[in-house]
Amino acid sequence: MENLNSYLIVSAVLFSIGTIGVLTRKNAIVIFMCIELMLNAVNLTFVAFSRYLGNLDGQIFVFFIMTVAAAEAAVGLALIIAFFNNKDSIDVTDVNLMKW
Amino acid sequence: MSNVLSLTTFLPILGVLLLLFIPKDSKGVLRNVTLAVTIVTFLVSLTILTGFQTNADFQFTENVPWIAAGPFVMRYNIGIDGISLWLVILTTFIMPIAVLSTFTAVEVKVKEYMICLLLLETGMLGAFISLDLFLFYIFWEVMLIPMYFMIGIWGGKNKIYAAVKFFIYTMVGSLLMLVALIFLYFKGMEAGITDFGLLNFFSLKLDMATQIWLFLAFAFAFAIKVPMFPLHTWLPDAHTEAPTAGSVILAAVLLKMGTYGYVRFAIPLFPEAAHKFAPVIATLAVIGIIYAALVAMVQEDVKKLVAYSSVAHLGFVMLGVFAFNVEGISGGMLQMINHGISTGALFLIVGFIYERRHTRLITDFGGLSKQMPIFATVFMIVTFSSVGLPGTNGFVGEFLILLGAFESQLRWWTIVATSGVILSAVYMLWVFQRVMFGELDNPKNQKLADLNAREIAIMVPLLVMIFFMGLYPKPFIDKMDPAIKKLVAQVRVASVEAKAIPGAEAVQLPAGHPPIDQSQMQMPLPAGHPDIKMASPEQGTPAVNQHDAK
Amino acid sequence: MFDKVWLIPLFPLIGFLINGLFGKKIKNEAIIGAIGTLMIFLSFLVSCGILMQMIGLPAEQRVFEKVLFPWIHSGNFKADMAFLVDPLSVIMIMVVTGVGSLIHLYSIGYMHGEEGFYRFFAYLNLFCMSMLLLVLGSNMLVMFIGWEGVGLCSYLLIGYYFHKKSAGDAAKKAFVMNRVGDFGFLIGLFTLYWWFGSNHNIWTINFVEIKAASHLLPYSGVVTVATLCFFVGATGKSAQIPLFTWLPDAMEGPTPVSALIHAATMVTAGVYMIGRMSFVFVKSPETMMVIAVVGAATAIFAATIGTAQNDIKRVLAYSTVSQLGYMFLAMGVGAFSAGIFHLMTHAFFKACLFLGSGSVIHSMHHALHKIHSNDDAQDMRNMGGLRKAMPITFLTFLVSTIAISGIPGFSGFFSKDEILWQSFSNPYHGNLNILLWVIGALAACLTAFYMFRLVFMTFFGECRINPKAKSYLHESPLVITIPLMVLGALAAVGGYLGMPKLMGMLPNYFEHWLEPVFELANEYGSTYAYHGAHPSHALEWGLMGLSVVIALVGIGIAFTMYVKNTELPGKFVATFPTLHRAVYNKWYVDEIYDYLFVNPCKALGQFLWKGFDVLVIDGVVNGVANVVMGFSGIFRYMQSGYIFNYALSMALGVVVMLSYYLFK
Repeated sequence: MENLNSYLIVSAVLFSIGTIGVLTRKNAIVIFMCIELMLNAVNLTFVAFSRYLGNLDGQIFVFFIMTVAAAEAAVGLALIIAFFNNKDSIDVTDVNLMKW
Repeated sequence: MSNVLSLTTFLPILGVLLLLFIPKDSKGVLRNVTLAVTIVTFLVSLTILTGFQTNADFQFTENVPWIAAGPFVMRYNIGIDGISLWLVILTTFIMPIAVLSTFTAVEVKVKEYMICLLLLETGMLGAFISLDLFLFYIFWEVMLIPMYFMIGIWGGKNKIYAAVKFFIYTMVGSLLMLVALIFLYFKGMEAGITDFGLLNFFSLKLDMATQIWLFLAFAFAFAIKVPMFPLHTWLPDAHTEAPTAGSVILAAVLLKMGTYGYVRFAIPLFPEAAHKFAPVIATLAVIGIIYAALVAMVQEDVKKLVAYSSVAHLGFVMLGVFAFNVEGISGGMLQMINHGISTGALFLIVGFIYERRHTRLITDFGGLSKQMPIFATVFMIVTFSSVGLPGTNGFVGEFLILLGAFESQLRWWTIVATSGVILSAVYMLWVFQRVMFGELDNPKNQKLADLNAREIAIMVPLLVMIFFMGLYPKPFIDKMDPAIKKLVAQVRVASVEAKAIPGAEAVQLPAGHPPIDQSQMQMPLPAGHPDIKMASPEQGTPAVNQHDAK
Repeated sequence: MFDKVWLIPLFPLIGFLINGLFGKKIKNEAIIGAIGTLMIFLSFLVSCGILMQMIGLPAEQRVFEKVLFPWIHSGNFKADMAFLVDPLSVIMIMVVTGVGSLIHLYSIGYMHGEEGFYRFFAYLNLFCMSMLLLVLGSNMLVMFIGWEGVGLCSYLLIGYYFHKKSAGDAAKKAFVMNRVGDFGFLIGLFTLYWWFGSNHNIWTINFVEIKAASHLLPYSGVVTVATLCFFVGATGKSAQIPLFTWLPDAMEGPTPVSALIHAATMVTAGVYMIGRMSFVFVKSPETMMVIAVVGAATAIFAATIGTAQNDIKRVLAYSTVSQLGYMFLAMGVGAFSAGIFHLMTHAFFKACLFLGSGSVIHSMHHALHKIHSNDDAQDMRNMGGLRKAMPITFLTFLVSTIAISGIPGFSGFFSKDEILWQSFSNPYHGNLNILLWVIGALAACLTAFYMFRLVFMTFFGECRINPKAKSYLHESPLVITIPLMVLGALAAVGGYLGMPKLMGMLPNYFEHWLEPVFELANEYGSTYAYHGAHPSHALEWGLMGLSVVIALVGIGIAFTMYVKNTELPGKFVATFPTLHRAVYNKWYVDEIYDYLFVNPCKALGQFLWKGFDVLVIDGVVNGVANVVMGFSGIFRYMQSGYIFNYALSMALGVVVMLSYYLFK
């Protein structure tokens, strides 16, 4: 592992882009993709550290995360479709029923 | 049968399981099964009564490990003595009556209602038999939930308000108690106590400041439940909104939790603090007696009137308990049972006319005696029992309370409290007159049916008890006497010890006072101390740790 | 026979249970009435047996205690269900069962055809049982059962015509006023019990034991407190100032009830109680003075009201209050046996008077009913000249009136004169004695006046009843007149049992009989002796003569005003309108009580409920809840419902926490 830092910087940048995307975008699918971006940023960190520390646990975690992300994508897309069927929109500002 | 106590307590839970298998539409079956379960519970509890030895020990004890979490060790530790015996019997006695009274009164969600009733019974019985502080706390809270639902679901117009008020009032008190309980446990651990067993803590010597804080926390929780002035305002609301059976149970048993809590926990655990606060509590009790009587006098709703009369009656109980002598506490215990019977009966009576007329306003009635002679007779007997006429149960308790309190240092309080005897006659007779006497001029009242067989069957056991306890209270007093003597000795020894420490009386509440020397607190009593009147020599050593004697 | 004393209250109890539980099914008035009367008559027979046995015993063996079963035992406190047979209680059971039997018999006729006939007899039996418990109780608590029990029966019987609001009010008033008295009784009991217990380790409320220990009691001090409290109890039950107003109202009950409860038996319970505990009362000169003064004041106060009432039963009611005042005067001057004697003679003549008035009312009611008139059958202004229509009633009524007025030869004279003499010559009250005598004598004058006014208005003169009804007036049936005749005879001759020693013709059997009971009290009392010299016989004769003259004057005035010169009362009223109005309205005592106690209590109750309970306490409770709700009302706006808002705050939180750890 020549330079851990560069991996981590890339991962941090990806994570930040994902976070900002989640916070600012209104389109549910875009938000969804941003979440995937964040998850993958974390995956990158896991792999980088796994390699750096010579411990395979991190890589195993990545598999878990990928599985969860796949499941999440399935459920999430299903929700978005259901929502679209009801409201003709996938804008998250239209989903504000959970308030006082 | 050594575990008859557990059997009694958990039979209603078995009944709940049984009810779960009955379809909710077969209301008749649900009612009859519940009635059968409560009757069986009562019959089983009678074996406790017959097997009870007249002595001061806890009997039918069971003590098995339950929860051990880190430093906290809770055990399933139960048993009864003369003090809790009658309350257990009272509970099992009242339950079938309460169930029977719901047969026509409750038509919606019968299954849920019956389940609530049975859960409540287990909760109440459990609280009376617990000898483990934590177990007691659990049961104390268990009682709360079914009652909350009973008021909130099957109540009257303002049921949500009443239910929430009842719940929050009680919760505030019980949380304080929980904190005190945990604090007490840590104090106990320092002294080598290893579980929550109540008897362990009797021998624990606490310094005055600790005792005061702990006593206040317990006393507050129990005072809400009693309820004592000025913490009583949940009661009129809860009673008015609750369905008849709920009111009956609330009055007959639930309120006794508060007074029982004082007798079983607050006083023997913190005797010196109890002595210190006796005048305060007696003052509140006496204010409660007079205040509630005056307020009851001007009520327009019969049920509210009865609720306020409860406050007055329980004021008497508190006065008796804080007299710290055998007469006063016996009177208090008797009065608890009496109040359960008389006030329970009064709520049933109000329920009867409510079912017929769907109103409880006094002005809607008048002259019912003519139309309902049996009802009039029953109402009259119960009224006079509530007023405390000699020959009925109410008198024996009230008299012993006043006698005991007069003998103690609460003499002036007693004189004021005795005037409550006049006021109780005023409000009870006045309402009786307005409901039963006069012209039967309201056309809606002219077709009222007299009590039917079921209603008479409900009232007869209560009437029998009213006269039996009034004319021959000896079996009741005899069974509770040794336990009360032990309690009195326990409290008296502690108070003498407290007095023996110079300046101990002067201990003030503010934190940071110089700690009292523990060794001084445990100073042995001088033999033949003049102030101590022991009940009997073998009861001289209070608070025997029976935990290990199993 | 003594052993069978428990039968005495048992019989009426059986009668009560039979009539109370099954009376409605029995329906037949004859059977119900027979059961009720028979039961109390059986008690009377047992009482006679006990009396006979006691007469055969020497004086010191005349005390017997029968323990039935242990009642309340707790700690030091012990009270058994136990009966005490001694000369005093025997007199009382004789009076109660004897007069009681006659009144039961009378009621069969009087209550004929009333709705709830069975109820009446059940209550009457229950009353007799309670009264017998009261007089037989060997400790204060059994006495207290009876004490409250008679109050209960009084409540039930006054409220017998419960559909009338006035009856309900009167019943409640009677019970509540009695309760005020009971409050005093209880405090007195506590005080005595506590004092003996804490000072001498004698924990008892048993009369015999207290008597044995009474030498330990100090003079005055705690005894004054205790006895004053007991006296409050007595004023409630026996309708003395200030708790007398319930008794006139109690006339709402049927007339036999007035005769039995509110004349002959229950109202004398206070007198009996003081007699029972004379050895305690006598130890407090202050209490004795209070009793004497209250008794005398009640005697004259009630007598004045009695002069202006027009309801025949109300006159008798105030007369009863006044006569009870006499009895208390007797107790207060230490003339215990004279007081009990007057209790007995009063039971005879006042029961006779009430039953006689009942007979009149019965006849009047019947006559007025026939012509469908709504005139008041109890108002004396509607009566007059009834002696021709009702000769037996008239004669017995007249005899009793003479007796109560204190005309020599009749029972009332002996007892009343004994009281007057003792109030003059007693050793307790020094110079107050003369005043007591004067008041007593004045009250005697008023008594003679209003009683003869009653007789003249009812039985003499023109018949003022609606002329159409006149022909329907008739003498009552035998079942009513027999009790009248028996009581009339007793009223005439009953006094010879207790003839004053002075007259010397007969020994004073009565005083002699009660001597063992009051011996101790007299012994304690002898320590006072304010009077140095004993008043002479001549003085006693003189005062006796004077009191007779005074009574005759009263009768004379009544005769002038109501027979000879019938416009005089009207003129009198016209001359002193204010005085008349005040007297007629019973000196406005009821109104004053309403103003002082009843209304403030109600107002206070309203204030405490609406003002304190709802406003203050619930205000605080709901206030706390509202504050919590207010805060959450503000904070709930943070829940926008937009996920990105929540995510933003989460992210910001992470940033804040991280930067705290990085840069601290």
